[in-house]
Amino acid sequence: MTKRLLTAALLLAVSVIPAHAAKTSLVVGMPIEPPGLDPTVAAPVAIREVTWVNLYEGLVRIDKAGKVQPLLAKSWEIAPDGLTYTFRLQEGVKFHDGSTFDSADVKFAFDRARDPKSTNAQKQIFAPISSIETPDPATVVIRLKETSGNFLYYLGWGDAVIVAPETAANNAANPVGTGPFKFKSWTRGDRVELTRNADYWQKDKTKLDTVTFRFISDAQAQVAALRAGDVDAFPNLGASELFAEFQKDARFKAVAGNTEGETVAGLNSAKKPFDDVRVRRALMHAVDRKTLIEGAYSGFGQPIGSFFSPNNPAFVDTTNVVPYDVEKAKALLKEAGYGDGLSITIKSPQMAYASRSAELLSAMLSEAGVELKIIPTEFPAKWIEEVFKAKDYDMTIVSHTEPLDIDIFARDSYYFNYKNEKFKALVAEAAKTTDEKARFAKYAEAQKILAEDVPALFLFQLPKLGVWNAKVQGLWENSPIPSNDVTEVSWTE
Amino acid sequence: MLRLILSRLVSLAITLLAVSLAIFLILEVLPGDPAAIMLGTSAREDTLAALRQELGLDQPALLRYLQWIGGLLQGDLGTSITYKMPVSTLVAERMNVTLPLSFLAILISTALALPLGVAAAARRDGPVDRAVLVFSQLGVAVPNFWIGLLFILFFSTWLGWFPAGGFPGWGNGLWPAFQALLLPAVALALPQAAVLTRVTRSATLEVIGADFVRTARAKGVDKGSTLRRHVVPNALIPVTTILGLQLSFFFGGAILVENVFNLPGLGRLAYQALNQRDLVVIKDIVLIFSGLVIVVNFIVDIGYAILDPRLRSRA
Repeated sequence: MTKRLLTAALLLAVSVIPAHAAKTSLVVGMPIEPPGLDPTVAAPVAIREVTWVNLYEGLVRIDKAGKVQPLLAKSWEIAPDGLTYTFRLQEGVKFHDGSTFDSADVKFAFDRARDPKSTNAQKQIFAPISSIETPDPATVVIRLKETSGNFLYYLGWGDAVIVAPETAANNAANPVGTGPFKFKSWTRGDRVELTRNADYWQKDKTKLDTVTFRFISDAQAQVAALRAGDVDAFPNLGASELFAEFQKDARFKAVAGNTEGETVAGLNSAKKPFDDVRVRRALMHAVDRKTLIEGAYSGFGQPIGSFFSPNNPAFVDTTNVVPYDVEKAKALLKEAGYGDGLSITIKSPQMAYASRSAELLSAMLSEAGVELKIIPTEFPAKWIEEVFKAKDYDMTIVSHTEPLDIDIFARDSYYFNYKNEKFKALVAEAAKTTDEKARFAKYAEAQKILAEDVPALFLFQLPKLGVWNAKVQGLWENSPIPSNDVTEVSWTE
Repeated sequence: MLRLILSRLVSLAITLLAVSLAIFLILEVLPGDPAAIMLGTSAREDTLAALRQELGLDQPALLRYLQWIGGLLQGDLGTSITYKMPVSTLVAERMNVTLPLSFLAILISTALALPLGVAAAARRDGPVDRAVLVFSQLGVAVPNFWIGLLFILFFSTWLGWFPAGGFPGWGNGLWPAFQALLLPAVALALPQAAVLTRVTRSATLEVIGADFVRTARAKGVDKGSTLRRHVVPNALIPVTTILGLQLSFFFGGAILVENVFNLPGLGRLAYQALNQRDLVVIKDIVLIFSGLVIVVNFIVDIGYAILDPRLRSRA
């Protein structure tokens, strides 16, 4: 009797489930757990990879191609002098706690970010602002002290998302935004769960009901989780040497794209012998980028000749400015007075791409008569103290993952110790230029200056090795901004 | 017996205080600024200063030490720099993984080692003994994280019987949580079981050769009873010593195994906190680990007194 009842119940249960419903849950794997869920108070990329446009939204957003698109602002006007931005806001938008979004929230969010006590990691976004006015709930007028060509673009970053005054202080542990997903739970050390926001202002934009971000640091464990089906997608897999296997496996889609991370071997330009541009160029001539990428990242990753992301529309290819040429390297070293050889050190962090690159660099430079000794260092803690702050190094290697960060070579106190007034003026000018074409031309020139001056050995763009279930659609191939935008992800049947 | 416990308790408190001072001093000289790590390389100097002030890092070292100890005495472990939440909550969450994992591993290890060791000793050079020797050689040689990787390949990826890692939490039912802990516990237990088996075997062999055992046999007690009533109880004393020493290895080994199986335990929290220079969390966890080892040793000391009546009368 019980058996028959059970069978009946089972049949009933099965018949209720529609025959071909597509899955509406997604499990996304990430290597690093975010330390909190508020992108406006801390720098880590992992915070943005969970929250950006999924939980929080800004006035504008960056799209797959790296372009600015409207979001909470449906339109804007820029006054002819480039100093006044008038944003028209979407109406009927609600925060996850039910409160209404309006111009006062925008003013609050930006004032909070530029407050002297704020710990926003990208305060320079807000530096040009002189005042924020809210003539009515659906309009925000922002006045700038000086023109800023990238102001709109920066407003698309995670650091500039709109938060509400009632909830902002608790966002790190209990995030409240206006995005298509709401925060459900955070099992620290394991996962963050999001659920669909039923009141989202763009109806039917998202197809998923739940999104789970799981944090798996070990590269082997990442592969195991994908193969066992515990995780549906790993937007950036750690095990580059196993990526090719996923490319051959029909159950998975494996796409190698670009991140915003320029991997560079920084040179201490204030220190002998790196103050001599001939030495810097000689070192660059001695590097075969293709072989380096083969060894350091299993052949994935685009060679770069300067400090600009190939994702950015203003990118120009400069890899031929100082090409691989060992004879030229030797000649330049001789000319600079190092014909008998040169002995230098590299402080190499523990990340696989960095330590492998350091070993390959050491082998390549020895061909040109340069002895490169590797000194391991711990990233981030020790590296920040020794290299970044104390500038106690010859050469180092790290990937700079912020988008549009060419201006770090124009900063006086930055660890490269690079000083080029012409470059500095050019970058400052580019940042102020509102005309896109003119701005891109200036960035192109700035890229060429760096390629010729070699304040760092420009090696390769850190790849984004995405692996996901072949039935999952809508994930990004490249990451023009640190993110895992799942708002348009769906499953095919 | 009471005097023994009291004197051990006093030395326990002194040890903990000394450990706390050592931890604090080591972290003081460790390079790394938590504020700079949180805010990245683009942060401006005034922003860094604001965060340091918010975290209380601008106060003198002595004051920070006293605040820490004062807080501990009131049961306040402080607030995590990276997670911005009470360390007690974080640690409690992680204990829910690490403690069951360690105890499950201890259970598996002793359940394997004691019968195997005794059985091997009972028939020296017999087939069981030879098999046990091979097992214990292998177990000592192979590290636990590698066993873990093999388990994942075989049981999770290939057979699909267990999840490949992660922890669903105790809230989702006992069975899924147990399932998530079983493979890591076995991986953690095997190398320790190998050591314990060898110790049990040699301790048992030593007792088997003793005069009083021969006397018991001569009096007509059969082999099984001699083993149960005379040999095993006496062999347990050295075994307990090793088990006590091993307990700290279980907690330490958990760090590696938790990483391989991606378990949100105390070990991984410690590893992460060290990377982020979350000084508050590191200090607390190291102290908790030290405390656990000290307390376990205290229990082992008391355990001796129970197992060996001579120690009781001496104290």
